[in-house]
Amino acid sequence: MRLDLSWIDYLIMIIYFIFVLGIGWFLRKFMKNANAFLEAGRSIPAWVAGLAFISTNLGALEVMGMTGSGMKYGMLTTHFYWIGAIPAMIFLALFMMPFYYGSKARSVPEFLKLRYDEKTRGLNAILFAIMTILASGISMYALAILMEKVLGWDFNMSLWVSALIVLGYTYLGGLSSAIYNEVLQFFIIVIGLLPLVFLSLKDVGGWSGLKESLAPITTSGGYAADTFTTTWKYTSEASGNPLGVEWFGILFGLGFVLSFGYWCTNFLIVQRAFAAESKSAARKVPLIGAIPKMFIPFLIIVPGIIAIVLFNDPAKGFTLPLDAGGKPIYDYTIIMLLKQYLPAGVLGLGITALLASFMSGMAGNVSAFNTVWTYDIYQSYIRKRTGDEEADGKHYLTVGRIATIAGVLLSIAAAYIAGKFGNIMDFLQTIFSMINAPLFAVIFLGMFWKRTTGHAAFTGLLSGFLLALLHHGLTVPAGATTLVKGGWITNLHTYPVEMAQNFWTAIIAFTVATTVTVGLTLITKRLKTDEELYGLVYSLTPRTLAEEGPWYQRPVGLAIIVGVICVILSILFW
Amino acid sequence: MVDIRIPIGMMFTILGVLITVFGFITTSNAGMYQKSLNINVNIIMGILMLIFGLIMLFFAFKKKKA
Repeated sequence: MRLDLSWIDYLIMIIYFIFVLGIGWFLRKFMKNANAFLEAGRSIPAWVAGLAFISTNLGALEVMGMTGSGMKYGMLTTHFYWIGAIPAMIFLALFMMPFYYGSKARSVPEFLKLRYDEKTRGLNAILFAIMTILASGISMYALAILMEKVLGWDFNMSLWVSALIVLGYTYLGGLSSAIYNEVLQFFIIVIGLLPLVFLSLKDVGGWSGLKESLAPITTSGGYAADTFTTTWKYTSEASGNPLGVEWFGILFGLGFVLSFGYWCTNFLIVQRAFAAESKSAARKVPLIGAIPKMFIPFLIIVPGIIAIVLFNDPAKGFTLPLDAGGKPIYDYTIIMLLKQYLPAGVLGLGITALLASFMSGMAGNVSAFNTVWTYDIYQSYIRKRTGDEEADGKHYLTVGRIATIAGVLLSIAAAYIAGKFGNIMDFLQTIFSMINAPLFAVIFLGMFWKRTTGHAAFTGLLSGFLLALLHHGLTVPAGATTLVKGGWITNLHTYPVEMAQNFWTAIIAFTVATTVTVGLTLITKRLKTDEELYGLVYSLTPRTLAEEGPWYQRPVGLAIIVGVICVILSILFW
Repeated sequence: MVDIRIPIGMMFTILGVLITVFGFITTSNAGMYQKSLNINVNIIMGILMLIFGLIMLFFAFKKKKA
């Protein structure tokens, strides 16, 4: 189980640490006011913001979780990418970004304030701030426990060292530093995991060899022989595939509600596009990010599928640690694969890739948290702008810096709570995953229907969330042993798998939020005038999208390229 | 503000050289490379990273001159 690193592996890590901190150090002199620190001065080129956009999403939980899911669900995991991300990213770029960026809002909660009212912003800002801290605490805990179990690193030390490095570069260089480092981290993650993909594929005899070795394992599990190497083929009924969801649930639950909720409203992600240098660049950010996103499955899911073969062949000597119930802990798949194939040298690079993924995710959380705290909570409720722009800029810069430190310290506290009361954290994470679906409903209606009112939006947001909670309290996934998984009120319905329960929770949250918002809009008085909604609503914004450059460099052209590649990939692995 | 290709290029050039050299030093150590199917992945990845780093630097400095 234990994996020993040699001096060269540590040296690679140290060189990486020097560079990430060095970027922060170099950028510190540009941090003259809150605008530079929290919004990167809206000066980031599209390709940089685009890679940062995808790198923030490629956090430690994503890498560990998706490799684990590859082992559990096979190629069906790619639904989280090709159907569960790309369409939403294209939609964000083409239809939502013009209003987000054009509104001059500095955050998603601030957009809600401009479009609706103060209470809608307040509700979203507070829930978002708590969610971000929890998310970064949970991923910090997951990483530190992994490093302790496999590398024998002291839990406290890896927790504090990794958190302090992230604090170091985000404190020094703010959002710019987070973004520039995310680009560097993106390349380290890809290059660090590349040898794993090639070696593991070669070991099982390539893609065709993998299919052959999987067939007996899959059929003995009660599925068709090629279930783990196909995506849509066995989704006509839920019981035909390990995901336990049929095509409609995948298409609507994952492809629409969950993915649009996450990609189009999550400030952590959208903030990278807000930092872009122009409206045209901001629209291209999600599309540039979508290109690597489509290929990430080959980097992290395919090795997970190969792990199924290794796990079932005792001669390979591949093991996974077991949990208290004797089931393998799938989150360890990636690091156990690194151990299986990589010798000293590239091994250090692989471990550095894991650390980099953790840092890109955490820096994303921290830089989103400090912005929402400073602009949407502190500046709105604690100390309003005085009118003296220069003094304000300095004041809010200090507040942003303190929020950065506080955010990291709170994340560390959340990590310790996660270690002690893992169940509570699982529960909170499930709850907060319910916020995004109603939020998408409310933002979407706000952008495309000028009548939508603030009272309706606020009630829609809240009721969508509460109904989702109720659904979670009344249903249970099969085999659940704790109330954290659902059914804490009473059990009215049992889902075959947890994934199905999650999809349906999101679908209900979205449907309720939409119905309530539309219904209340029709019976409440519209308070915002057309002038106030200029630039925020589709029908009230003049279409001045004169894009420059050849067709493939324009947002629509790029979107077509991304869409076509995505369709080809889906057909190839149908 | 800063051209991110410069630090990326520098880091990958340094890591590339380091890992390539390490690969050559350890090339006689057959036991070590049993894991990686008897392929010296360090040399391959080291050279790849070095090329990637140099390309990044090349484009960064080309832009700086222009």
